[in-house]
Amino acid sequence: MQDITLKITDRNGKIHQIQAPTDMNMNVMEVVRMYELAEEGTIGICGGMAMCASCQCYVLNDTIIPDKSDDEDAMLSEVFNVKENSRLGCQILITSEIDGLEIELAQQ
Amino acid sequence: MIKTNILIIGAGPTGLFAVFEAGLLKLKCHIIDALPQIGGQLSELYPKKPIYDIPGFPEVLAGDLIDNLMEQCKQFQPGFTLGETAETIDKLDDGTFVVTTNKGTKHHADAVAIAGGLGSFEPRKPLLEDILFYENKGVEYFVKDPEHFRNKNIVIAGGGDSALDWSIFLSDIAASVTLIHRRNEFRGALDSVEKVQELKHSGKIKLITPAEVTGLNGAEHLESIDLDQNGAHRNIKTDFFIPLFGLTPKLGAIANWGLKIEKNAIKVNNALDYQTNIEGIYAIGDVNTYPGKLKLILCGFHEATLMVQSVYQRMNPGKKYVLKYTTVSGVDGFDGTRKEAEKAVIKAIE
Repeated sequence: MQDITLKITDRNGKIHQIQAPTDMNMNVMEVVRMYELAEEGTIGICGGMAMCASCQCYVLNDTIIPDKSDDEDAMLSEVFNVKENSRLGCQILITSEIDGLEIELAQQ
Repeated sequence: MIKTNILIIGAGPTGLFAVFEAGLLKLKCHIIDALPQIGGQLSELYPKKPIYDIPGFPEVLAGDLIDNLMEQCKQFQPGFTLGETAETIDKLDDGTFVVTTNKGTKHHADAVAIAGGLGSFEPRKPLLEDILFYENKGVEYFVKDPEHFRNKNIVIAGGGDSALDWSIFLSDIAASVTLIHRRNEFRGALDSVEKVQELKHSGKIKLITPAEVTGLNGAEHLESIDLDQNGAHRNIKTDFFIPLFGLTPKLGAIANWGLKIEKNAIKVNNALDYQTNIEGIYAIGDVNTYPGKLKLILCGFHEATLMVQSVYQRMNPGKKYVLKYTTVSGVDGFDGTRKEAEKAVIKAIE
């Protein structure tokens, strides 16, 4: 198992290039919390159940990531600042397929 | 003035279990919660989700866990102030506290335990210009008193259960109900979706999808809303606009109580009793932080148990407390009930 590289723009516009492990069953929201790229208490509020959208992010490059589930799609239809490229970080698993993914965290 | 021994802020699993542990020490509890029902996140966000890491429960639905915790603590007759948020706290000369809610309800307690999780749930407000101006002048985030809406024209926005449920409920009371959602699909209980479908066909609910409210108009009170439906602009006359986009937790007024806050959580002394920097105010469960903190329900239970011991000592200085086991002592409820182990049968076999 190897680490993958993600480029994450935080809510202040700062870009972080970070390594994420593929063997710990993590998702993007958890990686953001692990590196403390968003203030604790402002991300991952529901714990990762696609129920709060506090981990909304925009996918910035063409890395192919699995499609949204109905739950994720429904949650994104109820929140704000949603764009075409919006996803919920908690629903994107850290796998070798998404190596190089670039995202920007949405404002709260 | 409501009087109690421990005033608990937050009716989630940690707060409810604290009631039980306090009861064993004959301490009475009262709970304040911003939501109209008990259970905190478990009831509000994920009542039907299974939890797998509650000791002794290989699998339990969040809603069932709350029911069980209430069943477990009910003989200690906790009081509740629901639908209100704790706003101010005053420490009196004798070391007791008076906590006042946003609606002015006053609570006098020997100790305060903040078990507020991520904070009190507040409505997620749409990003509309002037929305603050129209609050209580036509814009409402909750349906507190349905009579308020009798024979009025109402626009509800949202795509989840609360938008569906209130549209159904108010369709019998209001002059008209219009439900607006960004998509054609709704996320809700199947029977609610079907009921809205039926009411749409019978003309009792007007459905506008996919559409988004883009503006609010009116001089003194809301008079109409603007909406965008597939790029086309429309204006709808209405008396009320009720956006139901879910709730989001905010630490709120507690952040101004002079407590040490780190990363949106309250710092506590975990080596001892989960007391904050203010003597007599404790923080337990997800709302607190200390080195090695884990935001798990089971950790909240432990913290609640140590907290009530500390409150007991604080209220009874000099009294030596001896830990008792429920298997030995049973449970004496404040309601006069008693639970105890069955006595062993001692009988000779002839």
